[in-house]
Amino acid sequence: MGVGIEVHGLNAWYGKNLALNSIDMSVPANHVTAVIGPSGCGKSTFVRCLNRMHETIPEAYAEGSVKVGEMDVYGSGSDPVEVRRRIGMVFQKPNPFPTMSIYGNVAAGLKLNGFRNRKQMDELVERSLRLAALWDEVKDNLHKKSGASLSGGQQQRLCIARALAVEPEVLLMDEPASALDPISTSKIEELIFQLKQHYTVVIVTHNMQQAARVAELTGFFLMGSLIEYDKTEKIFTTPADKRTEDYVTGRFG
Amino acid sequence: MSDSVKPMNSPEPLGQLPKPVTSMPSLAKVEAGHRAHTPSAVLAKIRTSHPRSSRVPDQIFGVIILLSAISVFAIVVLVVWELVSKSQLSLHQFGLKFFYGHDWDPVNGNFGAMPFIYGTLVSSLLALVLAVPLSVGVAVFITEMCPQSLRAIISFLVELLAAIPSVIYGLWAIFVLAPLLRVYVEPFLAKTLGWTGLFSGTPYGLGMLAAGIILAIMIVPIIASITREVLIAVPQNQREAVLALGATRWEMIRIGVLRNARIGIVGGIILGLGRALGETMAVTMVIGNTPQIAKSLFAPGYTMASVIANEFSEATGDLYLSALVEIGLALFLVTLVVNALARLLVWSITGGTARVRA
Amino acid sequence: MDQGATAFAILAAILVLVPLLAIFAYLVIKGIGSVNLAFLTQTPKPPGEAGGGMANAIVGTGLILAIASVFGVPLGIGSGIYLAEYGRNRFGDFIRFTADVLNGVPSIVIGIAVYSLIVVRQKHFSAFSGGVALGIMMIPTIARATEEMLLMVPNVVREAAYGLGIPKWRTTLSISLRTASAGVITGCMLAFARVAGETAPLLFTAFGNQFWNLKLNQPTAALSLQVFTYAISPYDEWHKQAWAGALILIVMIVGAVAAVRLTTRGSLKGA
Ligand SMILES: Nc1ncnc2c1ncn2[C@@H]1O[C@H](COP(=O)(O)OP(=O)(O)O)[C@@H](O)[C@H]1O
Ligand SMILES: [Mg+2]
Repeated sequence: MGVGIEVHGLNAWYGKNLALNSIDMSVPANHVTAVIGPSGCGKSTFVRCLNRMHETIPEAYAEGSVKVGEMDVYGSGSDPVEVRRRIGMVFQKPNPFPTMSIYGNVAAGLKLNGFRNRKQMDELVERSLRLAALWDEVKDNLHKKSGASLSGGQQQRLCIARALAVEPEVLLMDEPASALDPISTSKIEELIFQLKQHYTVVIVTHNMQQAARVAELTGFFLMGSLIEYDKTEKIFTTPADKRTEDYVTGRFG
Repeated sequence: MSDSVKPMNSPEPLGQLPKPVTSMPSLAKVEAGHRAHTPSAVLAKIRTSHPRSSRVPDQIFGVIILLSAISVFAIVVLVVWELVSKSQLSLHQFGLKFFYGHDWDPVNGNFGAMPFIYGTLVSSLLALVLAVPLSVGVAVFITEMCPQSLRAIISFLVELLAAIPSVIYGLWAIFVLAPLLRVYVEPFLAKTLGWTGLFSGTPYGLGMLAAGIILAIMIVPIIASITREVLIAVPQNQREAVLALGATRWEMIRIGVLRNARIGIVGGIILGLGRALGETMAVTMVIGNTPQIAKSLFAPGYTMASVIANEFSEATGDLYLSALVEIGLALFLVTLVVNALARLLVWSITGGTARVRA
Repeated sequence: MDQGATAFAILAAILVLVPLLAIFAYLVIKGIGSVNLAFLTQTPKPPGEAGGGMANAIVGTGLILAIASVFGVPLGIGSGIYLAEYGRNRFGDFIRFTADVLNGVPSIVIGIAVYSLIVVRQKHFSAFSGGVALGIMMIPTIARATEEMLLMVPNVVREAAYGLGIPKWRTTLSISLRTASAGVITGCMLAFARVAGETAPLLFTAFGNQFWNLKLNQPTAALSLQVFTYAISPYDEWHKQAWAGALILIVMIVGAVAAVRLTTRGSLKGA
């Protein structure tokens, strides 16, 4: 079951460069929320701040308040590794673990976090692969084939399954379909639609049609600020801000 | 963690933007019935199996890794320390005279290292004279002339040459190379070049010439592999620019390739020199082990590494041992300087990509 | 001129390969006749007597190399991990430089240092000190190979692991190092091959032994030492044995190098 996300006064830096400027945003549970905006406006930075991936980059840091359900992500006692365990992430380029089998990839998060029960693990792997709509394509080669041997679209769904296997409460996706062909893209979009029954999904996209297709809510970022955040339909038809209108009507970067 | 640190400079351009609309849009009221599902059992399990924060194991790991890195430094320090402290006796007794004294007389406690320094330098330079043209030739052959299908094989064979242990080179040199030199090569050299004085006297087979030849064979793979990497690093357009001027292939190699690569090649040569200076077993087995300074390359000699190998475990008396350690210290310092120089030259060409093996 | 240069390059290639072939040919021709059951199972006979073997030296080499690996492989891989995952800074450059210095130290000098550090304190030549000497020589090779291979692991793979909530130590060992494992193993095997035939650092550490020894704190025979001793001896019988010992040594080493070559041919692509 997903949980909501509350962001207050979030700032993020790369060294001395401010990449996010005082973001306030409230993401409801079990919905798909899209983050759009021109390249370099801070979309990736924003989602990476939600699970403290941002700080894995040398000299990068963030401050402000992010609450995911009950969890205070930047609270003083909070452990970034624990945070990432509870918030799944799918990256722009499919990045399966190259030396692991399909099964190994999906089970990696469980195994490497100390989960030992073999039978339960088998079930979780199957469930995750089914959720990611990949089960039927790979079930005969779970142990034989390596994750890297799949096609790009399959790899990305494998990465989704891998993220789902640890049963996160939130799923962050950073342009998950931008490196994929149209057929794979539509599969992923369908999948996102299914996933919101179980998870809260935040998806970054620079493709406005995609945001319109999959997301109930959309936030528009520009130069590190959240300009407008509303129902997707409203953002695309009657935006309140001139800059949003310029962007969605294509008069902008 | 760095996330709570405020930056010194405040953000200017972004500050002017108005506050965005952030209140929850209306459809966000989620039906409560949907939330019957309990929070993840898996996560709960993982959490109980990892009750502690990840920071402690991460820190322990970081410390272990740091310690193994420091161990590399510690080993070098220990080596230097042992060499310096164990050679004090000899250093004080003989001072600089140690290095130009000709007398190596353990019985009377008189130690001058000149014959060994001479033997090391002459055998290594001889090895360079023989190895450099061969290595550059092989490298040019591999990179510029060799058919694609042969390239990998020849590279592999040259690499294999580097994998043969020194003691096996020595064995081969004693029983194959030395007789060959004695019976054919040395008499021939004496006849044709004897007037130079470099090739005179009794052709023993074993001696400075044999040591130089065997060293040359051993350093060819080092110089050749560095030269090959340096040649590969020469941009293709340099080659094409020369060819476009109507140059022949050899002119192209000479002007477009070798000239551009010369600093790196010199680096490879110096690296080979570093290896030759410190090489022990093969030389010990063929050089004749006689502490003398002779002009003829047929005559036996002795090197710094060889005298350590032969006399260290039998050295009686602290001064004798200390003198041998001092030779070791000198050898260490010389190879250190030579290797550092070589690396600087090679890196300046390949930008640090060449795999330097010595 | 053009033809002359071409001819020279070809000649150089031939001249370089002739000794290689000659050495291998002699090893096989002269060595194979003396490799028999007695050679592989018996200890040396006194000088001049026929028969006997190098069984103790073969086992001794195995023992010394095992100690060397136990000592050198973890430290080498550990420092390689440091250089790749933590050492992108001044201190890392310093350690990198130090590893290069260590790599260039003549092996006989390593022998002197280990002699004063261990043998003098233990008051014994020993298999242990020989193993440490060879282990030290393995470290820089393994460290640089590990670093190089870890740097080839794309950062997105690490990010995937962090994104799953896998801690850094786990990510490094189970994801990055595992992804780089083929190359790291290659590095270890090359380091192993490089020290397997080393003789100089063993002269006054392991020292050699005509008899069986499996104790870590006692002088121990090694193939390379035995080949050396026999080669410079005046006895024909021992010369034969030297060739046989050398053949076994080279088979071990070339076997390791070739195995690395064959097994890693395609496997680096995944990284
Ligand atoms: N690793 C980094 N180091 C320094 N600056 C970065 C880094 N990644 C992104 N930035 C900067 O932060 C800003 C936001 O980048 P990003 O969040 O990746 O944008 P988006 O995902 O919207 O294209 C950009 O100006 C970019 O140049
Ligand atoms: Mg981005």
